[in-house]
Amino acid sequence: MAPCKADRVIEARGLSKRFGNVVAVDDLSFDVSPGTVTGFLGPNGSGKSTTMRMIMGLDAPASGSVTVLGRRYHDLPWPMREVGGLLEARSIHPGRSARAHLLTLARSNAIARARVDEVLDLVGLTAVAGKRAGKFSLGMGQRLGIAAALLGDPGVLLFDEPVNGLDPEGIRWVRTLCKQLAREGRTVFVSSHLMAEMALTADHLVVIGKGKLIAETSVADFVAGSSRQSVKVRTPAPHQLTDAVTNAGGTVISDPDGSMAVAGLSASEVGDLAASMGIALHELTPVASLEDAFMELTDEAVEFRGGS
Amino acid sequence: MTAVFGAPTPFVIEQPPGRAGLRRAMAAEWTKLWSVRSTTWTLVGTAVAVVGLCALGTGTVNPSEIIDDPTRRSLIGVLLGQLIFGVLGVLVMSAEYGTGTIRATLSAIPRRPVVLTAKVVVFGAVAVVVSEVLAFSAFALGQAILSAKHAVGTKAAAAQRAQQLGLKIPHNIQGFLSNGSASLGQPGVLRAVVGAGLYLAVLGLLALGLATIIRHTAGAISAFVAVVLVLPLIVEALPSSLSNHLARYLPANIGLVMFSTNGVPDRVVNAFSPWRGFALLVFYAVVTLGIGCRVLVRRDA
Repeated sequence: MAPCKADRVIEARGLSKRFGNVVAVDDLSFDVSPGTVTGFLGPNGSGKSTTMRMIMGLDAPASGSVTVLGRRYHDLPWPMREVGGLLEARSIHPGRSARAHLLTLARSNAIARARVDEVLDLVGLTAVAGKRAGKFSLGMGQRLGIAAALLGDPGVLLFDEPVNGLDPEGIRWVRTLCKQLAREGRTVFVSSHLMAEMALTADHLVVIGKGKLIAETSVADFVAGSSRQSVKVRTPAPHQLTDAVTNAGGTVISDPDGSMAVAGLSASEVGDLAASMGIALHELTPVASLEDAFMELTDEAVEFRGGS
Repeated sequence: MTAVFGAPTPFVIEQPPGRAGLRRAMAAEWTKLWSVRSTTWTLVGTAVAVVGLCALGTGTVNPSEIIDDPTRRSLIGVLLGQLIFGVLGVLVMSAEYGTGTIRATLSAIPRRPVVLTAKVVVFGAVAVVVSEVLAFSAFALGQAILSAKHAVGTKAAAAQRAQQLGLKIPHNIQGFLSNGSASLGQPGVLRAVVGAGLYLAVLGLLALGLATIIRHTAGAISAFVAVVLVLPLIVEALPSSLSNHLARYLPANIGLVMFSTNGVPDRVVNAFSPWRGFALLVFYAVVTLGIGCRVLVRRDA
């Protein structure tokens, strides 16, 4: 019964948005397919949130169009039962309890009251369901936002930076959730500026920089296309190794899982360096990193560059 | 090229017939309204202002003083209560922007005029009920206080005395002479009490309309206060040729006529009749809400 082609649940065509003189999204076209997690990757300020808001009909595009399930969001008969969105900015009244917030949304789309407690349980907020949302931590607020997205049991999920503010356990939970939702045949479109996170969560990528499409590809192809390599390292002495690598002209990115990605030095150089300093290594793997691939691709298109 | 993981079965769930329309939006607004404390507090504040000022205004009357309109005297608290009630009207919309809930609201019901209509209907209904309850309570309390103070004689005695003097007795003076208070059976009294409630309710909706245009709580409250308090000051400062012309259009002056049983207070020249004034107030609210609706639809959320 789906009125659209089954493999294109979200279709963006020539999507553009400007705020005053700033072009936030520039002639962006991409498709998102069901049954996989599609990562929406781009540096901060590259137009991801604006695009998400345009998909959900909150911002009107200056030109172009985007459809969900073959329709404009505006024309969906039961939006929450078809699309669940977690937007980047918090959208919860601090004086309202988590349960009342969800109940309000449930009422608006004729969703059974029992479902409210179900999603509260699913995101682990049952114990604080009656508390005012203003007292919630960033992570709890994020979980409540995810609960709201799941409320209507929708087939399409849009998560804008879902791991923001979550602890490592929460990050793993979101990752698993996204994959599970996709396995159920749902369409999951999840944005992040964290390349490593996308590598672990997504199957496909839509990469943007400065509002323009940079790549639309599978994660595997994206990584394979990268010319630069990095080295994955595990050590019981991360600080020592970081100093050593930095002194040798390499750069280190620490992963939340405790490993480190070293760029600028080859695997043998890192191994020799560690041996000469007497630092034990538990892992030393050359990898083509998504991070590098991403940096390479967005190098020309980064809006805000660090002052290093 | 997309089928890296094989062609998955798209996720399809049967949806109920119909759509997320006005009825659902109203149910959501009802829950929204009563799930924040500010609603209770602003309503309590309004009640204290309306009934409290009534008690003050009637309780401080000297037993020998002649009140020209006991009904209006008991309803005057509405002019204070409107300031607090207006805050609730503002918050119904501005809290959505202040807290970001507008994004959740419009994601759930993307047709924005439906959302605004639901707010107007739900808040409007609550406003009418609350305002009428407050108006009747203030009237009852005020008249009870006045009648306790002015137990000066029976109706019959008053009528006899008036006949001796050859006076035609206006209803409210008769009421005063009898027991110093008005009753709902007297001409114009029921209309004035009902009118006071309606005035308060429509001003709440006007506040909601201002908030839909302005989107910020503080800004919308300022605009509302400007309309009900500052505008009259400005009009009064104008040359009387001009102010006499404009005064009757001011909401507060329309209200004053609506609360009165015996026509027009002196300071409003050429005032509209109570119902005509009320129609004008409704017109103000409708225009404000109409502009608000246009802003809501056209601007990004």
